[in-house]
Amino acid sequence: MPDEKKKTAGAFDIRVIIAALLGVYGVILVLLGIFNATDAELARGDGLNINLWGGLGMVVVAALFVTWARLRPVVLPPDFEAEEERKRQER
Amino acid sequence: MTLAAAGDTFQLDANVFDYVIIALYFVFVIGIGVVARRQVSSSIDFFLSGRSLPAWVTGLAFISANLGAVEIMGMSANGAQYGMATMHYFWIGAVPAMLFLGVVMMPFYYGSGVRSVPEFMRRRFGTGAHLVNALSFAIAQLLIAGINLYLLASIVNRLLGWPLWVSLVVAAAIVLSYTALGGLSAAIYNEVLQFFVIVAALTPLTIIALHKVGGWNGITERIQPGPEQLSSWPGTDLTGIDSPLLSVIGLVFGLGFVLSFGYWTTNFVEVQRAMASDSMSAARRSPIIGAFPKMFIPFIVVIPGIIAAIVVPEVTALKAGEDSGVTYNDAILLLMRDLLPNGMLGVAIAGLLASFMAGMAANISAFNTVFSYDLWQQYVVKDKPDAYYTLVGRLATVAATIIAIGTAVFASGYTNLMDYLQTLFGFFNAPLFATFILGMFWKRMTATAGWVGLVSGTAAAVLVAVLAEGTLGPLSVGVLPLSGQGASFVAAAAAFVVDIVVSIVVSMVTRPRVESELEGLVYSLTPKESLQDPDAHTLPWYQSPTKLAGLGLVIIIVLNIVFR
Repeated sequence: MPDEKKKTAGAFDIRVIIAALLGVYGVILVLLGIFNATDAELARGDGLNINLWGGLGMVVVAALFVTWARLRPVVLPPDFEAEEERKRQER
Repeated sequence: MTLAAAGDTFQLDANVFDYVIIALYFVFVIGIGVVARRQVSSSIDFFLSGRSLPAWVTGLAFISANLGAVEIMGMSANGAQYGMATMHYFWIGAVPAMLFLGVVMMPFYYGSGVRSVPEFMRRRFGTGAHLVNALSFAIAQLLIAGINLYLLASIVNRLLGWPLWVSLVVAAAIVLSYTALGGLSAAIYNEVLQFFVIVAALTPLTIIALHKVGGWNGITERIQPGPEQLSSWPGTDLTGIDSPLLSVIGLVFGLGFVLSFGYWTTNFVEVQRAMASDSMSAARRSPIIGAFPKMFIPFIVVIPGIIAAIVVPEVTALKAGEDSGVTYNDAILLLMRDLLPNGMLGVAIAGLLASFMAGMAANISAFNTVFSYDLWQQYVVKDKPDAYYTLVGRLATVAATIIAIGTAVFASGYTNLMDYLQTLFGFFNAPLFATFILGMFWKRMTATAGWVGLVSGTAAAVLVAVLAEGTLGPLSVGVLPLSGQGASFVAAAAAFVVDIVVSIVVSMVTRPRVESELEGLVYSLTPKESLQDPDAHTLPWYQSPTKLAGLGLVIIIVLNIVFR
């Protein structure tokens, strides 16, 4: 069956879930870093805008995870369910 | 009761953005639980992802189960108090033991087909050692769950300003619902997600702390009481043993060998995760791959603790011997309060909550497994249908949560949680490792020797703790000039030695078991083929357990030399 589409874990791939959470965190932090960085807040960290830079870091990591999941998807073997059933009966 | 001492002294000023970030984390955790639950009935994606995930995920899940309160609050507390000597818990403690588990022990576990440590005990030594092992393990899990709960509640207390007892009850309820909803099928996903949230929380904290203090040079110039805090060896402050030579022996034998090998190679929460892998080489690689992030975790846990002792006024005062109303366990929270803007503060709080919830969930679920199958089914009510034991497991989960609340109140009486935890590991793990390793390599060891060795080893540890100064609070009489972590190392070493000696003596006067019953349980009686991976020679170097472990060993030796 060469042209049958392979079943992949898709959105349930743990890498996609990690990317989603880190990506949302990253976007929130970058926005806070740009629009909400008061001088008082910046002074706490001696001028380092950690929301902005930390947020950018998380966005980059999220992008890397998505790229990795795209390039090397988790492919489910076609006979997975049959295999599971067989094992269950053996027990 | 010093429970109130932890509250009221300071609060984190979280605002709406922080709450949104924390809420998002809960949405993901519960979402994973809900999806996992729905997918279970139709089998597929979720379970499969767990099974077909590459070894890096199994490795991360392996250390995530341990990345709870001990790691984050305890190790940053130690960093603030003792400085770089805290690195020993990772570079002398955990990592060599994890490599040893992957290289030496795992082929044996996997090849002999046991599924849990108590099960090994039952098959090797019969019900005596099994009962001792299962009971002490169950009790230890309850105590550690209590510590995780206490730390979780103290975060909720800081965050919302609720009284600590209200925080305790609410935090317990959150964990209970998360455990019930997520179930075991979601565990591996949540553990891996948790790992990344913790790293995402602690890395920016470390960066901003380093920026604030002026980099490594800033630490070197300003650390108190002096630059010796930046030397990990011989660690006399950490052990409380004045002689440098004895301190090194205490670290290498007590912490490195007995405590850490005992913990990482026999703790069923950790070991079972690797044993469940689908091939011998994957099972062996799990702890070895986990060892690599484990080497670098102290840089985002211990270093912030060290910096907290420099830049946070309350911790500086505490270290100078003044009463500033905080404890070392507060170090990382105070650093977050002082340095993180809203937004990143939310990520940091989410990371801490993630770590304590998962830590407690792991303890509770380990407890309920051992309680239901190894204790209730084995000794109390046998031969009931499977659904009956599932119900017992559920009730045990609820009971364990309630008991953990009581334990949390007890744990809060200690200023430095590590003392308390190390003491516990000394009592339970050290004799277990001794019995295990002797029983595994010496076929003459008898069933009686199994349980007598465990009991006398544990008794020896308790005796040392009672004779030391303050290890068990007012119970300790102070005859031995030992206190703090050093007393725990000595107690663990005593437990190990007494267990070995007693086991050998008892074995000599009791009847050994028939050799045919011990096949697969004792090294010399197990066929060598079942200890080897048939595909070993086809794997590239980065998938070969021994070569990876060799690389890991080289890196920790380099780290020890660089930060000596």
